[in-house]
Amino acid sequence: MISWIFDALGFGAIGAPVVLLAVFGLASLAPRPLSERAMARWTAGCVWFGLVSLSLIVAIMWGTDRRHVVVEIGDWVSLPDEGFHFHLKFIFDALSISFTVLTFVLSGVVGAFASRYLHREPGYRRFFLYFAVFLLGMVVAALAGTIETLFLGWELVGLSSALLVAFFHERPAPVFNAQRVWSAYRIADAAFMIAALALHRAAGAGDFAILVGSSAWPMGVSPLTSAQALGIGLLLLIAAAGKSALLPFSGWLPRAMEGPTPSSAVFYGALSVHLGTYLLLRVSPILELSTLLCVAVVFIGLASAIFGAIVCRAQTDVKSALAYASLAQVGLITAEIGLGLRYIPLIHMIGHASLRTLQLLRSPSLLQDYHMLENAIGGRLRHEDGLATRWAPAALRRRLYRIGLNRGQLDQTIDRFITRPFIRCFQWCDHMERRWTDALAGRRSRASDQVAPGSFPGEEP
Amino acid sequence: MGALHFPWLELGISLPLLGAVWTSRRRDPSLARRDGLIVAGLTLACMVGAWIDFEFLGGSGGLGSWGSVSRPWLPAIDKLSAPLPAMGALIYYLTILGTLRAKVGEFSITRTLMSESILLATFTAATPWGLVAMMAVGALPPQFELLRRRRPSRVYLAHMGLFVVLLILGEAGVSRTVSPAEQPIAPMLLLTAATLLRSGVAPVHCWMTDLFEHATFGRALLFVTPMVGAYGVTRLVLPIAPDWILETIALMSLFTAVYAAGMALVQRESRRFFCYLFLSHSSLVLVGIETATPVGLTGSLCLWLSVSLSLTGFGLALRCVESRVGRSLMTEFQGLNEHIPTMGGLFLLSGLASIGFPGTAGFVGLELLVNAAAGATPFVGASIVTVAALNGLAIVRAYFRTFAGPPRSTSIDLRIRPSERVAILIITALILGAGVLPQPGVSDRHQAATQILRARADAENVASSAGTVAPPAESGRRVGFGGSL
Repeated sequence: MISWIFDALGFGAIGAPVVLLAVFGLASLAPRPLSERAMARWTAGCVWFGLVSLSLIVAIMWGTDRRHVVVEIGDWVSLPDEGFHFHLKFIFDALSISFTVLTFVLSGVVGAFASRYLHREPGYRRFFLYFAVFLLGMVVAALAGTIETLFLGWELVGLSSALLVAFFHERPAPVFNAQRVWSAYRIADAAFMIAALALHRAAGAGDFAILVGSSAWPMGVSPLTSAQALGIGLLLLIAAAGKSALLPFSGWLPRAMEGPTPSSAVFYGALSVHLGTYLLLRVSPILELSTLLCVAVVFIGLASAIFGAIVCRAQTDVKSALAYASLAQVGLITAEIGLGLRYIPLIHMIGHASLRTLQLLRSPSLLQDYHMLENAIGGRLRHEDGLATRWAPAALRRRLYRIGLNRGQLDQTIDRFITRPFIRCFQWCDHMERRWTDALAGRRSRASDQVAPGSFPGEEP
Repeated sequence: MGALHFPWLELGISLPLLGAVWTSRRRDPSLARRDGLIVAGLTLACMVGAWIDFEFLGGSGGLGSWGSVSRPWLPAIDKLSAPLPAMGALIYYLTILGTLRAKVGEFSITRTLMSESILLATFTAATPWGLVAMMAVGALPPQFELLRRRRPSRVYLAHMGLFVVLLILGEAGVSRTVSPAEQPIAPMLLLTAATLLRSGVAPVHCWMTDLFEHATFGRALLFVTPMVGAYGVTRLVLPIAPDWILETIALMSLFTAVYAAGMALVQRESRRFFCYLFLSHSSLVLVGIETATPVGLTGSLCLWLSVSLSLTGFGLALRCVESRVGRSLMTEFQGLNEHIPTMGGLFLLSGLASIGFPGTAGFVGLELLVNAAAGATPFVGASIVTVAALNGLAIVRAYFRTFAGPPRSTSIDLRIRPSERVAILIITALILGAGVLPQPGVSDRHQAATQILRARADAENVASSAGTVAPPAESGRRVGFGGSL
């Protein structure tokens, strides 16, 4: 009886965002779109339904003293003869419930905010469609009981993030920035997929009950060897770094702020940016098997935190400053995970996500409030010098300021050493192909050369 | 029992041929389009009927829906080919449906129906020589179009001429009654080279880019998206090729997949971009076929269908864009989202389906393929993942270039037409339907993969039984390809 109730409530929590996406997706194909009010109500309704389902699960778990509940949907795809199964399974434990509750609460808040903030905006429906994709991705990733299911949600989050960064697509800058974000995500996705395959090879399954043990989080024990844990863990660390904008992928984080403020808040201040650290927490029993891996996690976390702290002080706009401040905190959370802590990073994550959402949602009106305050007191607000200003030598401060202002030249470095050589190499191949087809045709072989350029250049300057 | 079956295949192949004769007499292109659409719809219904007939009445063996092995000139389908004629007919139907009336003058409906008939005959050929003949004849319609439009055709002609010669010489030289290890090397290499050339594997892929440059977009799309080259590899090469040839094909295909993915990222024009994108995906299908493992082959066959379908949708969306704004550059923004947002949705959805995005038709196929490839060689698995990542970048870049940007000001109505909307809904339903409920398709393709591998194993057993011919998989049923499938 009790398992039937858990199944029903579990389906409710996962089904709510599925229904939301189905409604918005079908409405986008229909000739007559949904009204703004209807979309806002659907969003609020589905978020509430999911949250209530989840709350009931928590209440029953509390009442029955259970710390780990599994809701199995079954094999989505299976080839029994070949031992191939794509198992859809969701787990409800301290980690997944905390993160899913956070997801529903913050998504509900941001959804309500966005329904007013984007009122009569031409892309209102587009925003809520992508928002539904994001919500589904987050819930699936947070509750995933297998690595494949987590990957499913992970990809949905990535796609919706990139599309929302390019929300104001009439301007080139958001589109270029969305491409940057998407590029970083694709690297992270590739690392994740290879790690998932390696996990399958090493442990024979993608089920977290086998990969990290069936005990309630964080008590699990992984069956991997130390060497396997190091290799797979490093791949997972790359995936997490890409998703959470840790070094060396930090360049995309301020670019992502080109999107509308509600999406910036929920994606890069609150939820999406923490998905990488969530992944590390989920696979924490694997991290524990390799000291070297833990050192790498701490190193990347601390380096990102220091970098974020330096750069955020040199930013001239509030959203970029908040983005780097987020990076500093996410870096610290990562370092905490690497140091073997489990509940502290989880609490840190929840607190930071909530604070940052508030700050980002507040940011559009903050400047106006500052002006009002200064007008009221008749002068500038006083700024106390920080520790660094008082104690650090001026030369060091200038150097750090330059690093902060250039954002560590991360994007430029990637462009110089990866992007440009890659493009040059294939442009050379294209040139050689042209010579070959020209020779075969005995004339200029490309009709596409005659296509005249228009007036809206689409290459990043 | 076979004699009681309705002759779906024969009807399905004859209808477009008769339709071609009928439409050639039409002076008004709009009427020709309407008639062509009706014929393509009926053909699609026949091919779906043949598939259903095969699945529910024909059993799982190599049973044709009509005729027997004693009449090899009659069309036949088996587990591998059963969905392919239906898919081919669907691609033709959607292409004609998505052709705007203003463009019918350039895109000959008569030639389209003729090539549809040839394609369906290719997928239902019952013998290796029948398939060779149909693959050779199938190369002609694009050449006729290039000549009729007075476009350069030497690159295409050189490649396809070589393809036909290699194909005939190779098939004439190989023996389908000996084991893979005993195959004569030279004819086997010729046959392999022919099928790779038709598949567009680098470095003999330039005919494909040239075709996209000079033929109509619709013709080029119809010639490449059904993946006749991959069909040739599966039918003609896989059952009899020694392992080292399969490994060579896999390596060349993998190289092509990576190369084409990189090339797609640096293209400045949309047609060439699409061509490389397609090349990259079709090469991945070949990589899976050559793994010769049940999981890899199943993944590859799933990917084949999903890539054909999704890239047809992607290509049609690009063609619709082209019919509105002309050939577009990938180096600038077209700003079409204001005018055709639904088309933008299809563009993105079909593109994502082709790279195996979760929830779309390609996801499970790619998962299976990567799983099998990584099992064989981790490097190959990682390379496939890299190719998918690069293609993902190319697709999103193309989406933004085509639909983002300042709204295009125009004096003509660019909005989506009802026929285009229907085409979009069909493709979207198939992509999402196969993505959400993949099990029936995967099971079906797994059975096909198992049969192919069983046939290959039978051929290998020939050696141990001192040159005797392996018996058909299920006696009393129609078989082709040396009793293999």
